[in-house]
Amino acid sequence: MENGAVLEMRGICKYFPGVRALEDVDFTLREGEIHALMGENGAGKSTLIKVLTGVYPKDGGEINLTGVASNAHIRSPQDAQKLGIATVYQEITLCPNLTVAENMYIGRTKGHLTNWKKINADAEKLLDELGIPALATQQLGSCSIAVQQMVAIARAVDMDCKVLILDEPTSSLDEQEVLKLFNLMRSLKEKGVGIIFVTHFLEQVYEVCDRITVLRDGKLVGEYIIEDLPRVKLVSKMLGKDFDDMADIKSESDADNIDYNDIPVYEAKDLTGTTGIKPFDFEIHKGEVNGFTGLLGSGRSECVRAIFGADKTNGGKVWVNGKQVKINKPLDAMKNGISYLPEDRKLDGIVGDLSVRDNIILALQVMKGFFRPFTRAQAEAFADEYIKLLSIKTASSESPVNSLSGGNQQKVILARWLLANPVYLILDEPTRGIDIGTKVEIQKLVLKLAAEGKSVTFISSEIDEMIRTCSSLIVMRDGKVVGELKGDDLNQNKIMATIAGGEGK
Amino acid sequence: MTESNNTIGSGKSFKGFVGRLVQNQLFIPIAALLVLVIFNLAADPSFFKITLDQNSAGDPVLSGYLITIVDYASELAILAIGMTLVTAASGGQDISVGATIAIAGSVVLRVLCGTDSRPEKMQAPIIVAFLICVIVSALFGAFNGALVAFFKIQPMVATLILFTAGRSIAAWINNNELPIISDPSFGYYGNFIPGIPLPTPVFIAALCMVVIALVLKFTNLRLYAQAVGINPSSSRLNGINPQMIKFLTFVILGVCVAVAGFIKVSRLSTINYSVVAKDIEMDVILAVALGGNALSGGKFNMTASILGAYVIQFLTTTLLKFKVDSAAISAYKAVVVIILVVLSAPFVRKKIGELRKKITARKVKAAKEGV
Amino acid sequence: MKKLVKILVSSVLVGAMAFSMCACNAAGGKKSNGKIKVGIINNDPNESGYRTANDKDMKATFTEANGYEASFAYSLKNDEQIAAAQKFIQDEVDYLLISAAGVSGWDGVLEQAKKAGIKVILFDRTIDASPDLYEASIVSDMDKEGETAVNWLASQNLSEYNVIHIQGVMGSSAQQGRSKALDTKVAAEANWNIVKQQTAEWNAETAQQIVQSVIDSGEKFNVIYAENDDMAKGAVQALDKANISHGVGKDVIVMGFDCNKWALEELVAGNWNYDGQCNPFQASYIDDIIKNGAKQKTVIMEEKGFDASTITKDDVEKYGI
Repeated sequence: MENGAVLEMRGICKYFPGVRALEDVDFTLREGEIHALMGENGAGKSTLIKVLTGVYPKDGGEINLTGVASNAHIRSPQDAQKLGIATVYQEITLCPNLTVAENMYIGRTKGHLTNWKKINADAEKLLDELGIPALATQQLGSCSIAVQQMVAIARAVDMDCKVLILDEPTSSLDEQEVLKLFNLMRSLKEKGVGIIFVTHFLEQVYEVCDRITVLRDGKLVGEYIIEDLPRVKLVSKMLGKDFDDMADIKSESDADNIDYNDIPVYEAKDLTGTTGIKPFDFEIHKGEVNGFTGLLGSGRSECVRAIFGADKTNGGKVWVNGKQVKINKPLDAMKNGISYLPEDRKLDGIVGDLSVRDNIILALQVMKGFFRPFTRAQAEAFADEYIKLLSIKTASSESPVNSLSGGNQQKVILARWLLANPVYLILDEPTRGIDIGTKVEIQKLVLKLAAEGKSVTFISSEIDEMIRTCSSLIVMRDGKVVGELKGDDLNQNKIMATIAGGEGK
Repeated sequence: MTESNNTIGSGKSFKGFVGRLVQNQLFIPIAALLVLVIFNLAADPSFFKITLDQNSAGDPVLSGYLITIVDYASELAILAIGMTLVTAASGGQDISVGATIAIAGSVVLRVLCGTDSRPEKMQAPIIVAFLICVIVSALFGAFNGALVAFFKIQPMVATLILFTAGRSIAAWINNNELPIISDPSFGYYGNFIPGIPLPTPVFIAALCMVVIALVLKFTNLRLYAQAVGINPSSSRLNGINPQMIKFLTFVILGVCVAVAGFIKVSRLSTINYSVVAKDIEMDVILAVALGGNALSGGKFNMTASILGAYVIQFLTTTLLKFKVDSAAISAYKAVVVIILVVLSAPFVRKKIGELRKKITARKVKAAKEGV
Repeated sequence: MKKLVKILVSSVLVGAMAFSMCACNAAGGKKSNGKIKVGIINNDPNESGYRTANDKDMKATFTEANGYEASFAYSLKNDEQIAAAQKFIQDEVDYLLISAAGVSGWDGVLEQAKKAGIKVILFDRTIDASPDLYEASIVSDMDKEGETAVNWLASQNLSEYNVIHIQGVMGSSAQQGRSKALDTKVAAEANWNIVKQQTAEWNAETAQQIVQSVIDSGEKFNVIYAENDDMAKGAVQALDKANISHGVGKDVIVMGFDCNKWALEELVAGNWNYDGQCNPFQASYIDDIIKNGAKQKTVIMEEKGFDASTITKDDVEKYGI
């Protein structure tokens, strides 16, 4: 084994029916390093992690853990834990109604009697040591998501883990929280823990990681020291082709062709939701792409939900193509040619166990009516058309949608709303948690739709993405519209300033 | 009614076919049926004898165990239709079915008898009694549905109300009298129509199956109920009204209850409020489970549920035939039920699948080493 | 929110139960105005035709016109009945009339009654308690009902008895008494056989299925001994379907219990052969004890068995329930 390595995986293979998920993949983790595992969705990152943690049995290759086991047989997550491999997932898997200390020690105390005083003291000490801002006796549910995640990490650390896997830990954290998490990761690194960091955020990789291993289509592309691999190269390795800078996307959009004197496709005056947003005015024209921006919780999602009728509105007037309409429920919006891709893909988007086909036709089918189902052949034709159009990777249109990767699930929902043929399409975080290739595809698609004369409202947490795609931005703070930026004002500094305070114009 | 998913390619091996068969939702109920058939064939082949006799009115009737099974499974199959939909959409079960059958039956008798509990002639046409019974039963279904859909009470808890009160309501409808219809034509629906040798409930059940097949084909009930059961939030954002769909499934179950209740009272031309259709809800829920449908809702297979109903009646009749000791009969049934349900659990089926794979792998390995 | 709903629903349910249990007379709390106050605890009248008749009889006897002020409580559960008894004791009734749902657990409350000077009369069901605690108990002798029926059957002098025995809910006193007599006879006589013995739990339709399965199997039988009328009716339904003649002078003898009016009419029409009475009319016995005092601790009611060849229309009116 290589010197200083804590974990070596050699020639790992994993097959699923009809798919080679991993083929001959090597991976080495050294003591005291943070190692990014990168790749597009479906590249095999999750599969590799699951093989390592015993969720999937491997079909070939061997796993060696220095000083613990050579050619280890990991058959279950419990086995992995015993060998010192700990995993912290994106979704918190702890119990929110127990205290922080209870969460750290649950299931690990020996014997029937538990000395809570000692446990609380131990927990307090560890929290202090790792600089985690939480009390041992505090209820976990009362901590922020970031702190909850840190507690999960502390639990793993206390179990003497040699290998710590962080699977997309930052996707639900804000910037401040991310920084705290990184500090924690660095201090663990000093203690000699090897950390595998799985993420979509390129910036974060470059901020905290030492090495990068890139996977593509279930195969190893290579292992790189971070200094040797500039971003552009990383992206091209991940996509397997040289990547034109994303900046050129903007040139496709043609904001000048929009006739702002035209009757707006959608117009709202004093629209008020029941979800804490203040009355706001909003309009969008044919072929326009605009966006809502603001911090998490600023009310940007609530605004578009009010437009779509997803939440109850309690005031304001709405016009579609100059005709006043009432939108009280999603179906009203859909019948007026509005589509809405929701922020939370799992909770509001996909219908898990249903097939890809049923998921794609769902919205159009509902608009067509309860008593007029599509024939099987029609549904099949629609599904096949959009699977091809958006290059959705699925075994067949019969496969349940939750068997697809995150990016492909998002494409399925996008297909659903494109099939509904809207005049006005609202996309709330369509690019969250999906790989860079698909992100670019979606951005391009948005601009293409606009060029075809559709109106699009686009929301993203990544401001540069918004700048690239939108011709105007509505800035929100604390449930209130605080500014609208257009043209030359559309730059990072101006947006930040508006979000932070001081009226926009 | 089922998804047609068995096109066997010529290149596929027999093993692949078996594999897919095991994965198919219909596998468990069919396998259970086969086990029962084989058991009975081995024990006593005369089980499958069907003879054409005359009944006491001189009309030709078919008789034999198989006829008995399809006859008595009718109510179960009809109820399984409604229960499958309720399960799919609401992720819970209606346990008031037996009690609401008592209500439905009581309504039929009340309309037919008028004020006299033992009339010489029926006081209203049977079709009127039936339609009123359908309306009342649908209303009780709507009551359950409203509690579940609009007040968000768990189905089991919501239906507990009628489970407790239903039989008293049924008795109250007829002022605690036990009405009896003496007109033989009322008995046609639970027994035989003169000249037709098959029991009428078989035809009624078949009719219900055809109706639900058409409903599933010509409406989006399947898609909506499944979507609502899997992800109500997403369904709402796609323009479906999840509350309406849940409500609707309970109303449909109410109509199924009306039909089943009508058959029940017609079989005997009278009713006993405290024991009619007693514990039938458990058999119905079991039929749904036996069909491999998740009791937590979501995807469903109607054919499998209905098949499940027939399997349960097959089992009951088999136990009766073998003179299982009175006190032990429910224990026997429970054991069989446990086996069937455990086998149909997705977890166990997955394990069995893995085991099968392992065994074939070992065989292949052994064969290779042999060479 | 969910919790709230749960609490709401459960309180509604509890409330409904309490209401159905204590459907008491509004006059319950008032001082008695020369009338005898009785608290009557009975099983749910919907339980069976027998119980309905029993309740009707009670209500018809303990009226104001007869000098009574009666309160009623119904439950099929022992603990609810005991709670109702305690309430009646608080209401200071003069007599407590109990048809107990279960045999045990009554000692405490009966002692309370005794201390309060309230007299207790048991009807229809006995309990496990010291006889000092109650005035009298008026019961049917289920063993005797069975013996009367079996003796009648023996008197038919068939050369061979092949009996389908359809039992009630296993363990109930009616089932035990009615089964015991038949079991004893079958064990004693060589020409008596049980073709099938199964419980239909008082359910007509289950009885129909049981008989159907015997018919399907092709086994021979000539007697149906059903432990209540409903089950006998279900059995007859199966016979009709298979064109097997039954009744007076026909192939199969049909026997039932309880003397429902409709069942007795079947006897008159000659479709059934025998129906055993289970007398639900205890009210007149109780009335007699209250007004004239108890002559003995256990009063066993007179019960008849009706033969289709001798039954009259008057019997139907008089004894039918």
